[in-house]
Amino acid sequence: MRTYTDQVKYAFIILFLCTWSPAFAEASQSTVYTAGAWSPYVVGALIGVLSWCTFFFAGKKIGVSSFYASVSGLIGKAVAPQHTMGLAYFKEKPPAVNWEFVFALSIFVGAAIAAITGGEFGLRGIPPMWTQHYGTDHNVLYGVLGFTGGILAALGSRIAGGCTSGHGISGTLQLSVSSWITVICMFVGGVVVARLIY
Amino acid sequence: METDSDKGSKMPLAIVFGLIFGFLLQKGGVGKYAVIEGQLLFQDFTVVRVMLSAVLVGMIGIYFLHKNANTKLHIEPTQVGANIIGGLVFGAGFACAGYCPGTGAAALGQGDIFAGIFVAGMIVGSYIYAEASAFLNKTVKSWGDKGKITIPQVLHIKSGIVITACTLLFVGILLSLSKVQ
Repeated sequence: MRTYTDQVKYAFIILFLCTWSPAFAEASQSTVYTAGAWSPYVVGALIGVLSWCTFFFAGKKIGVSSFYASVSGLIGKAVAPQHTMGLAYFKEKPPAVNWEFVFALSIFVGAAIAAITGGEFGLRGIPPMWTQHYGTDHNVLYGVLGFTGGILAALGSRIAGGCTSGHGISGTLQLSVSSWITVICMFVGGVVVARLIY
Repeated sequence: METDSDKGSKMPLAIVFGLIFGFLLQKGGVGKYAVIEGQLLFQDFTVVRVMLSAVLVGMIGIYFLHKNANTKLHIEPTQVGANIIGGLVFGAGFACAGYCPGTGAAALGQGDIFAGIFVAGMIVGSYIYAEASAFLNKTVKSWGDKGKITIPQVLHIKSGIVITACTLLFVGILLSLSKVQ
């Protein structure tokens, strides 16, 4: 058995070794990326480092979708406790304010902090991309698609066992077969439906 | 499932790591509707850049942590039918809304109020899944159940070799993507 000090030592060696990745990507880039305030390569690499931390320090992978299941279960428990707790999924995974719940809730706050400190915070309505294509007469359709999209994304995550975080990042980086199949299908489904909308 | 991490002591880590994840999603621009839709229409490659960089760095680190520091892996079981159908259904929702569960949360955090509709849909959809879970467990979830398997196990190749090959592939894709907007 290795000691805790050894584990920390290894973590820092790996941290050092992998710092080349964003630097390499930055050096190679010839275009200016405007989608986000930071380079997507740097953000991606830091999410990679964050995944080491969640695995190493918390014994958890990065994942978000189960949070929504817990919220739905807790609401269901408040409204119809017997019915909700009788459902197979909630028997298997009882809804709770657990680690995943707190992690996901913190995402809202983390994004708000980033947006406020970066001067990108603002209450925005329907995205310009939608109105440029559909005009302003189809705002209800935008809302319907957003809600339907949420339902489908939740069903898909629960059926497949994770979302773009749990499977798309955390699962693929562990070379899990389920995650590679799922993430490929996510993009296939997404590309087809995006073409139908735009 | 109640684990050690849920019993208080690891909860501060959930807050810190969640804050960092939300912060990074916002800084990367992936909380924006146009960035997600742009990726699915092959007009904006931000999402692929972020995801491949994350997987590249994450996979190398987790490999060494698992090998040298006994860090446990958290692999979801492969259920071929459920993975394919769930992935496709998720993708359809992803494209309809222009958000995914993580980036939708980030979008709402940065002030995109209509991401709230997506968040509400996720909560309703999760309950619908729970209603159907007994049926889905007997059908979709049991098709092609292979357990917790990894690519190195299936191919009978050492993890280190698969990681090296993936690293070269991802670096190649990222470098060629640096030529397009």
